Amino acid sequence: MKTHPRSRAVRTPGGLSLRLEPRALIVVVLLLAAACAAGVALIGTGDAKIPAADVLRTLAGNGTAYQDFIVNELRLPRVLVGLLVGASLGLGGALFQSVSRNPLGSPDLLGLSQASTAGALVVIVLLSGSAAQVTLGALAGGLVTGFALYALAWKQGVHGYRLVLVGIGVNAVMTAVNGYLLTKADLVDATRAVVWMTGSLSGRDWEQVRPLLGLCAVLFPLVLANARGLRMMEMGDDISHALGVRVQRVRLLLMASAVLLTAAATAAAGPVSFVALTAPQLARRLTRSPGPNLVPSLCMGAALLVAADWASQRAFGADQLPVGVVTGVLGGAYLLWLLVTERRAGRI
Amino acid sequence: MTATTAGATNNPRSTVNRLSAENVTLAYDQRVIAEQLSVEIPDNSFTVIVGPNACGKSTLLRALSRMLKPSQGRVLLDGQAIQSMPAKKVARTLGLLPQSSVAPDGITVADLVGRGRYPHQGLLRQWSAQDERVVRESMRQTGVAELAERYVDELSGGQRQRVWIAMALAQQTPLLLLDEPTTYLDIQHQIDVLDLCAELHEEQGRTLVAVLHDLNHAARYATHLIALRGGTVIAEGAPNDIVTAELVEEVFGLRCQVIEDPETGTPLVVPAARRTRAERVTAAS
Amino acid sequence: MLVDSPPEQRAETAPAPPTRRAARALGLLLSVLLLVFVALASIAIGAKALSPDQVWHGLFHDTGTYGDVVVDERLSRTVLGLLVGAALGLSGAVLQALTRNPLADPGLLGINAGASAAVVTAITYAGVTSLTGYVWFAFLGASAVGALVWFLGGSRGATPVRLALAGTAISAALYGYLQAVMIMDGAALAKMRFWTVGSLASAGSSTITQVLPFLAVGTVLALALARPLNAVEMGDDTARALGADLNRTRALAMLAAVLLCGAATAACGPIVFVGLMVPHVVRSFTGPDLRWILPYATVLAPVLLLGADVLGRVVARPAELQVGIVTAVIGGPVFIFLVRRRRTAQL
Repeated sequence: MKTHPRSRAVRTPGGLSLRLEPRALIVVVLLLAAACAAGVALIGTGDAKIPAADVLRTLAGNGTAYQDFIVNELRLPRVLVGLLVGASLGLGGALFQSVSRNPLGSPDLLGLSQASTAGALVVIVLLSGSAAQVTLGALAGGLVTGFALYALAWKQGVHGYRLVLVGIGVNAVMTAVNGYLLTKADLVDATRAVVWMTGSLSGRDWEQVRPLLGLCAVLFPLVLANARGLRMMEMGDDISHALGVRVQRVRLLLMASAVLLTAAATAAAGPVSFVALTAPQLARRLTRSPGPNLVPSLCMGAALLVAADWASQRAFGADQLPVGVVTGVLGGAYLLWLLVTERRAGRI
Repeated sequence: MTATTAGATNNPRSTVNRLSAENVTLAYDQRVIAEQLSVEIPDNSFTVIVGPNACGKSTLLRALSRMLKPSQGRVLLDGQAIQSMPAKKVARTLGLLPQSSVAPDGITVADLVGRGRYPHQGLLRQWSAQDERVVRESMRQTGVAELAERYVDELSGGQRQRVWIAMALAQQTPLLLLDEPTTYLDIQHQIDVLDLCAELHEEQGRTLVAVLHDLNHAARYATHLIALRGGTVIAEGAPNDIVTAELVEEVFGLRCQVIEDPETGTPLVVPAARRTRAERVTAAS
Repeated sequence: MLVDSPPEQRAETAPAPPTRRAARALGLLLSVLLLVFVALASIAIGAKALSPDQVWHGLFHDTGTYGDVVVDERLSRTVLGLLVGAALGLSGAVLQALTRNPLADPGLLGINAGASAAVVTAITYAGVTSLTGYVWFAFLGASAVGALVWFLGGSRGATPVRLALAGTAISAALYGYLQAVMIMDGAALAKMRFWTVGSLASAGSSTITQVLPFLAVGTVLALALARPLNAVEMGDDTARALGADLNRTRALAMLAAVLLCGAATAACGPIVFVGLMVPHVVRSFTGPDLRWILPYATVLAPVLLLGADVLGRVVARPAELQVGIVTAVIGGPVFIFLVRRRRTAQL
């Protein structure tokens, strides 16, 4: 208690030990509860309202046929996509911010979201493709650009500052490309494109849930297993190298995971802005723990996105305003808050 | 005067010392810093590397700690090429305190020192009772135990440097490399840090390698001195044996007198007065 | 310090500088000729190619033939390109000097986005339709974002990374807002998706007369600030020691940048990277003296902008690529190249 009030160690006689931070644990549990509650509320919201108790009963398999159809076929996939997308964005954002050592260095500012958008717009505008093809286009755009970003920022190892600046350049080019694609479209395609570009969860079904779930099931454990190396890397490459972290390998692995997560999330729901930027920062402020806070960020992302979707449905009516608009407004508020607090503390 | 020259230590293989560099060529990009450089770090020594700016002393330290891969030659740790050894194994044998390190925002002293335990930990062995003990002991040795719960951002420069040293100590390595550990500290804290290093060397028998700017500090604390210039070893040996006015002039291009340090009996370098130096230059030309 | 000594003195002490000065003056003259050439190309080249004869006829003996009408249209487009290009180049150079940051650019710092968001708001919600009406909104948006980025970036402790990130973050937020407006208002989408990419195509002589006063004031102000900005570039303490009035210089320089950038954005939408690239290129052959950088940037930035505009007309004929897209597609790689070339220590 004297030396480590923030963390507790759980030890077994066999020599195993786990390090737990009680406060972070409580935050994670609360966030998970909030995400689930928002999910249940979201399932209950819409043209056909369903009370929370009925939603839970239906989810357990005891609902009426009508409720079963609405809940399990129509709305549950949407909520699951929301949870997975939010979690992926939160985790991807935490990884990027930690690697670039900059709270503003999130994938949506480094061109990844814009690149996925470009991929999607090519399919919508030039190929008039189906929804599934749009998803593939977005995935391809994000992945190609993510690896190009890494390659361009590479010069005897990737440095945080170079990654950020190259990302900003990529972002500007991709924004212009998207603007161009939008001018090429007829008005119907343009409207579809703009809705996609804002990020929306409406009309998501089980087809989108399964691949996303599979990807998360592989990547989340992989990333978390390398989290300790990432903690060390926040002290600088030299120190972490001296401590025995294989810096470039860990970084490549984590960046690749972050790119995959972000691209997949964007492909599934469009470039929902600011979740990747804000979730890690909010999580960090709740846990008050240094380090990347990967698990809390992940939970925060999920809770944030589903809650924002629910708020948008409640405030503007079913499917009037895509969730991206709400997260955009939240992002603006977050920036102002950052302006006031971080500047006073003398750091950004 | 038993000054060993660079040529004499160029023998190909040493099985005696744990850490050595063997004919290494060090370069950043295409810029070559040192060629065919061989250095032995005597076991249980407090070795100090000195030399003028840009002589390659930090580069040599980076190579010894496997931060920089030599373009030719190799660095040997316990008889093995350091680059081919598992990263964590090296990290349990050899610690490095780089010149600049960033403390993560909002980290406490105890947490930061605890991070030095990384090479001893694993996914299922995250924080053992021994980790706890070593961290407490490292903080006690460096005199930062009472700061344990303070934030690193709030500390003074001298305190912060002690915390970083504590972190390197917690790594529990028999070899410890320090890159200019006294930079940006005032004279009292410089001596503090150097005293601490001497203590670690004398009382715990660790092998220390440090890059220092101040020749007088180097001469007072080192048991083994390596003088570098332009990427080559000009001289190495005990300070009492090698620090002479001629050597200082050869390495630093500075005329001086070397007198006996009244406190310790080690060599003390006193630069010649401006006028004397000017006269000698005119006399020479 | 040597830079600030009067030219006469320098001529006495060292023989080399006068030739260098002559070379710079000659270079400036050549740049002006290049500009004239590009401007003529901008009139001659397009969906309908014109011969030099036709261009000459249209410019000086306008008799209302089809060729003359085309020349008329392209002339106002070219003049607008000249003005906007000069404004962007100049504001970029001023911002780079002011922030002591080689990566500062009105587009990258979000100032363009601020002007865009304000203009779009004016069009959609305030029912403003004329350029004279929304040019004020452009200024408002540009200055608000300029100030915000400055504070978010850490004001005097600002580093290139912080400023660029703050600018990008604000741009992202504002573009999000623009999208929301477009989704909710189909008519706005129809109009604005063309405006937000940055184009010279909508130019008319009324546009030019409306933004001209603002650009003129901004240009004069910026050029007059060359000397004090030279001092500011050397760091706060040195500048103060040299007797420069830091706060006044900063405020005036910011005003000049906002005037130039706001008016340019109001006239043809946000165009990125012109303000970044041109001062960089110029600096590589004039050295760090702003008294040369600023005039050079004023002349060469429109060369780039008009060149990009002509290129946009040629590559996608008979349709055209908006100039903002061409500059971004050229500028992005240049930016990345600059970032890669720099060493860590210099940032």
